[in-house]
Amino acid sequence: MKTFWRNFARNRGAVVGLVILVLVLIVALTAPWIFPGSPWDMAGAPFAPPGEDGMLLGTDSLGRDVAAGIAHGARVSLLVGAVSTVVSLVIGIGLGAIAGYLGGWVDDVVMRFTEFFQTIPSFVLAILLVAIFTPTIQSIVFAIAVVSWPPVARVVRAEFLSLRSREFVQASEVLGKSRISIVLGDILPNALSPIVVLSSLMVASAILLESALSFLGLGDPNMMSWGFLIGSGRSVIRMAWWMSVFPGIAIFLTVLSLNLVGEGLSDALNPRLPRNRGGKP
Amino acid sequence: MELSRLPAYLAGRLVKAAIVILAIVVCNFFLIHAAPGDPASIIAGQSGSADARFLEQLRAQFGLDQPLYVQLWMYLKGVLTLDLGFSHRQQASVAALVWDRLPATLLLTGAAFIFAIVLGVTMGALAARRVGTWWDSIITVLALAFYATPLFWVGLMLVLLFSVTLEWLPSFGMMSVGVEMSGIGKVLDVGKHLLLPALTLGLFYVAVYARLSRATMLEVADQDFVKTARAKGVPEGRILRRHILRNAMLPVITFAGIQAGQLIGGSILVETVFAWPGIGRLAFEALLARDYQVLMGVFFCTSVMVVLFNLITDLLYAVVDPRVEVS
Repeated sequence: MKTFWRNFARNRGAVVGLVILVLVLIVALTAPWIFPGSPWDMAGAPFAPPGEDGMLLGTDSLGRDVAAGIAHGARVSLLVGAVSTVVSLVIGIGLGAIAGYLGGWVDDVVMRFTEFFQTIPSFVLAILLVAIFTPTIQSIVFAIAVVSWPPVARVVRAEFLSLRSREFVQASEVLGKSRISIVLGDILPNALSPIVVLSSLMVASAILLESALSFLGLGDPNMMSWGFLIGSGRSVIRMAWWMSVFPGIAIFLTVLSLNLVGEGLSDALNPRLPRNRGGKP
Repeated sequence: MELSRLPAYLAGRLVKAAIVILAIVVCNFFLIHAAPGDPASIIAGQSGSADARFLEQLRAQFGLDQPLYVQLWMYLKGVLTLDLGFSHRQQASVAALVWDRLPATLLLTGAAFIFAIVLGVTMGALAARRVGTWWDSIITVLALAFYATPLFWVGLMLVLLFSVTLEWLPSFGMMSVGVEMSGIGKVLDVGKHLLLPALTLGLFYVAVYARLSRATMLEVADQDFVKTARAKGVPEGRILRRHILRNAMLPVITFAGIQAGQLIGGSILVETVFAWPGIGRLAFEALLARDYQVLMGVFFCTSVMVVLFNLITDLLYAVVDPRVEVS
């Protein structure tokens, strides 16, 4: 654990990312206390610029506090990002494990299936899914998971292919362990590190995807979210720039921090890999 | 590749592409049926005005009273004859609507793609020649930043800067409204409107291609044939152009093929921000009206575009690179 931390901390960017991420998490968790009441309620005069009327980041066309919207939106963005990543991990690990462990024609079928999902325009599919199943938090999570699992399946399959012929797996087979317990008990724990790295990047792209969906008006109508804030600021950008600028910065910082943490995790979990980021070969 | 084997290779690719398109049609079909509620009212677009008689008529027309496999067959037959359904909202066939909007989207994605390839590869090449300098760091930081910025927000910020504050460029549409123009004037006008959307869509890929071409150029520059060329006394500029850049382009081509779907997905967002009259804007309008027939038409059409683009990159790759095994 100590070496893990040391390797992680050697990457400066990753530490910065972690600090930002923790701050965002704190804002998300404390939003109901910092900004009590619903973020949908009127809090001041409409179109108040930042700093005026006691509104740190200004108000929108209905006098709602933009800062409150961002704080409450953080809860939704992080929640959707985390849950949809878990769902796509379940799908991806399941399919990847089956393909990599069984091999043969099963592998072929699963990989063609995965390729299909990688070929089609995934954002269009996500829009279609959310629109047809009506925009709710469940359908959004489902749609994001459906379009995000293929990279997981590919990575897990590659790991399983290389691990299944190792000696410790063969030993378990000779001992008569069941397939399920070999897959879950022997192979999966050894394939975890690329999955961990991938999942932090997936949370990041899930947050981007959610914001894009709610920007298009496909957000859960009962949940305040960053994409919705930007979407509602779009048509009034000439008079109220703050409505779209600040939520965008929130998305940028959160996604950036997750990407940086992902790189740090990758360094920490694969310490033998050459470090050539930052342009130094 | 031997030219005699090209037809077989192409045929294999075509079959694969056809299977993907068929799968998308089946996917569309089951989506209509998986949706909560009556498929007939979904086809009608849940317009609210859909009365019982109209729904009954739709049920008969789409054979919704028939078993599922008969329905699937009817649907497939329809799509294969390019009948993508009818939008009762817009009182036009979906195929005509999509066809009408296609040129604008092709112009936007094409411009963004060329912009990204040219600028990205140039930046990557410069970075590869100056490894470890500030150029290098700039590209890394840019890539990191563009990976984290929502596309639609970049668009809005560009509007804020170039249209609202500086008033240099128009912020929406494809042509100036109410001005009669022809010839060069018209082209310039469209170009002015195209600049911001294409920039928005392309910037992300500039960063991606810059990183990718930097990595591959460094890799190629170390290989024996480059050393040989250098030993023969070939001028450095020529080595870069003829030997390194050519080979380093191959992974960029492959990657471009893989990302085609993302580019098209991104164009939906960009077209929404800039009111660019393409397929993406059509999808957004259909979304607001819950016109599912049109949405499915857009999904089908964009998928076909991606498949075609992949075919082209495959072909390009096979022609450019003599080492590609065609099996």
